[in-house]
Amino acid sequence: MAVTTSGATGPVTRSLMQKNRSWIWTTGAVGAALIVIIPLASIVWLALFPKDEGWFDIVRTSLPTYVSNTLILMVGVGIGTITGGVSTAWLVTVCRFPGRRIFEWALLLPLAVPAYLVAFVYTDILEYGGPVQGALRDLFGWQVKSDYWFPEIRSHGGAIIVLSLVLYPYVYMMARAAFLQQSVCALEAARTLGRTPWRCFWTVALPMARPALVIGVSLAMMETLNDFGTIDFFGVHTLTAGVFEVWRVMGNTGAAAQISLVMLLFVVGLLWLERSSRHRQRYGQTSSKIQALPGFELRGWRRLAAMTVCGTPLIFGFAVPFIVLAVNALRRLDQQLTPEYFAFTSNSLILSGTAAVCAVVIGLFMAYGVRLSGGKPLRILTRLASVGYAVPGAVLAVGVIVPFTSFDAVVGRFIEQSFGVPMGPILFGTAFAVVFAYVARFMAIGFGAVESALDKVTPHMDDAARTLGKGPLETLRRIHLPMIRGGILAGAILVFVDCMKELPATLILRPPFNFDTLATFVFQYASDEQFEQASLGAITIVIAGIIPVVLLSRAIRSARPGHANG
Amino acid sequence: MTFGLDTLRHHLTRKAGLVGLVLGMSMAMPVAQAADGEVNIYSMRQAYLIEPILEEFTKETGVKVNVLFADDGLIERLAQEGPNSPADIVLTSSFGNTARLVDEGLTQPVESDTLMARVPEQFRAADNSWFALTLRARIFYTSKERMKEGDLVTYEGLADPKWKGKVCTRSGTHPYNVQMIAAMIAHKGTAETKTWLEGVKANLARKPQGNDRAQVKAVSEGECDIAVGNSYYFFKMLDNDEQRGWAEAVNPVFPKFEGGGTHVNVSAMVMTPHAPNRDNAVLLMEYLTGEAAQRIYADVNFEYPVNPNVKPSDALAGIGDLTPDSLTLDQIAANLRDALQLVAEVGYNE
Repeated sequence: MAVTTSGATGPVTRSLMQKNRSWIWTTGAVGAALIVIIPLASIVWLALFPKDEGWFDIVRTSLPTYVSNTLILMVGVGIGTITGGVSTAWLVTVCRFPGRRIFEWALLLPLAVPAYLVAFVYTDILEYGGPVQGALRDLFGWQVKSDYWFPEIRSHGGAIIVLSLVLYPYVYMMARAAFLQQSVCALEAARTLGRTPWRCFWTVALPMARPALVIGVSLAMMETLNDFGTIDFFGVHTLTAGVFEVWRVMGNTGAAAQISLVMLLFVVGLLWLERSSRHRQRYGQTSSKIQALPGFELRGWRRLAAMTVCGTPLIFGFAVPFIVLAVNALRRLDQQLTPEYFAFTSNSLILSGTAAVCAVVIGLFMAYGVRLSGGKPLRILTRLASVGYAVPGAVLAVGVIVPFTSFDAVVGRFIEQSFGVPMGPILFGTAFAVVFAYVARFMAIGFGAVESALDKVTPHMDDAARTLGKGPLETLRRIHLPMIRGGILAGAILVFVDCMKELPATLILRPPFNFDTLATFVFQYASDEQFEQASLGAITIVIAGIIPVVLLSRAIRSARPGHANG
Repeated sequence: MTFGLDTLRHHLTRKAGLVGLVLGMSMAMPVAQAADGEVNIYSMRQAYLIEPILEEFTKETGVKVNVLFADDGLIERLAQEGPNSPADIVLTSSFGNTARLVDEGLTQPVESDTLMARVPEQFRAADNSWFALTLRARIFYTSKERMKEGDLVTYEGLADPKWKGKVCTRSGTHPYNVQMIAAMIAHKGTAETKTWLEGVKANLARKPQGNDRAQVKAVSEGECDIAVGNSYYFFKMLDNDEQRGWAEAVNPVFPKFEGGGTHVNVSAMVMTPHAPNRDNAVLLMEYLTGEAAQRIYADVNFEYPVNPNVKPSDALAGIGDLTPDSLTLDQIAANLRDALQLVAEVGYNE
């Protein structure tokens, strides 16, 4: 350890010695990945030793339906989020039209709204007895349902639209960052060669942004895969619904774990997709010449069209649900503004904040470990660590309960035998278990954000720093961290917002007795079909998500080299 | 008992959650434990539903009650915590999860003459491993406007082709519905139940969706004429400014199985195998079946008290007489799997 500080050794020797020390990082990365893999491993274990097999007949009957519903939903949300995310990102990045500066950050807002809340709100508005159909009936004199056709909100289509409305920001965010970082040279060259702006987008900008888009879409698809609130409400029976059917009705944990493993196959497919597209990214960047983006001024109908395209997802994904929730909350403000409410809010903020920091720190450790000595096994291990994102939260939570309580039992027994002191639970039933589950669940976001940011830093930077005698840690601190700051912040914010919304794992892992978060508080009423009693809690979840989302937008803008920081 | 010891114990429980230590000490001081101890509940029912009852209990006995509310995974949590679990009592929301607690050995028998006297035999385990607290009937809500009294009085009738396009239910795989179908299997056998379920599916006005209240709402809005839902929702809707109109548009109907009674689900309580505060737990269990607590269950939550000495609230009695089906809960539990299988086979949710 002391060797590195010795001034007697020359820079080259020192650098070589430090290079050998990168095993510390590798080991660290393996350790970090393993921590996150523990709950997944225990799910596999539960799946391998189920207490009875009889459930399979039941699932076999419905498995094709589960799988096809899941596929329909994922493909639909994929198309929806790409359409919404890319078109808006392109418009606000390259074009100039009124409101652009506001759209830039506001388009991220739907991210803060839990999907099931949006589902609640639109069902109220659009179902048979809602104001829309009611008005249509009055207008046209229709009497009963069979007099006319109206799209059913509680359907595959409805679920796809609702999920796309809240998930498109993943694609928007990635696409915008990619467009911002594209060299203007490529676009200008294309224009010089006579391409119209429209053709430039299709033939130059979009292909170059593809790797980033795939990351965004795969995040959106994984969210779709593990969504339960929306699909349950809409009666769309996906694999996640299947997990809960065998679990709740049959009480078979092993069966639930087994269906979860089927879901993991989907994830592995998505990860492979993401991986292979990210691989090609290396060849994407041609030049690093950066100057202010051209800013294509829109006029006339184009201006109106751009505003419509950007306004639509914002209005339907955020404004409408937000206003409905706010009205509900204000109507019952005095009975909801209790001391408990503030306690729940602070619990939510503390848990989510801690998890966000842990997720990016561990993510950074893993990503940097891979960068320093990225052997294939380590790469696979870190990939696996991101799989938790797609497992239904309640199942992942059981995956946390098993190792934690086993640890408590073993250590407790040891202490009791050694010191004669009976020992209660040590790890389990503490806030630590909740944070751990959050990190395991949302590692894909933390790790993904850090990794993709690190990928954009050319390895020449590392080489230069190391040649100049800086160790891995110093290189990370002085070279990488300043450059990937935006990416890290983005990762932390996304994890934070997701943790604020997280329900199933929080509910089951929270410390025993008298400990609630906003999400568990809201759920308690929502599950008793009295959602409006907890509307203040619901709107607080959304508001707590808005602030970091706005910060995130600023971070993305400042991520463009040469762009004014602000 | 000295002040110092008490403070120390309090400090230890607070600080480190050393439940084992408390247990050790409480064995030495059983009286003190009962006088001013605590009791811990894992509840599958929303905490706010039982809060008023627990407050009364604390006022009367001085025993503090702690509650953890959760649903999916709570049984796994309890099983894995093993002897370390702080839980003394589990309050369940349905018979399905009560049966599972018993199956997984997460209960212990409670011998109490008080409990035996207050809970009728049909609603407790033969080995005293669980005791029901309240009954909830699965009933129909029919349109006041479009249906007459006596039009539909049996569960079997739900499959009558004359109701084609008139029936609304939530998902067939929801535990409430699976249990109702399991009861039908217990009465009629699997084959006949399958035909029945196909008939019900053919009568659906829309794909199964939403929760129980949403079905009543659909009737009030004219989307269907018959909704299946739990009994207490009727009053909860009447209590709610936005939902009152839904409830006012329907008549609650207590259907019966042909040759049987109305399907009921029970909420129940069990004592955990390692209950650290056993004496307080027994005290609380007895309290929950007592008149004061049962009265609150009946008046505030509109459930049917299990204690025959406590009458249902006037409101509840006003909508009809409940004759619970005579099936034992074990008979229903035995058919849950087949019920779920039938739901899948007839494609009820599609």
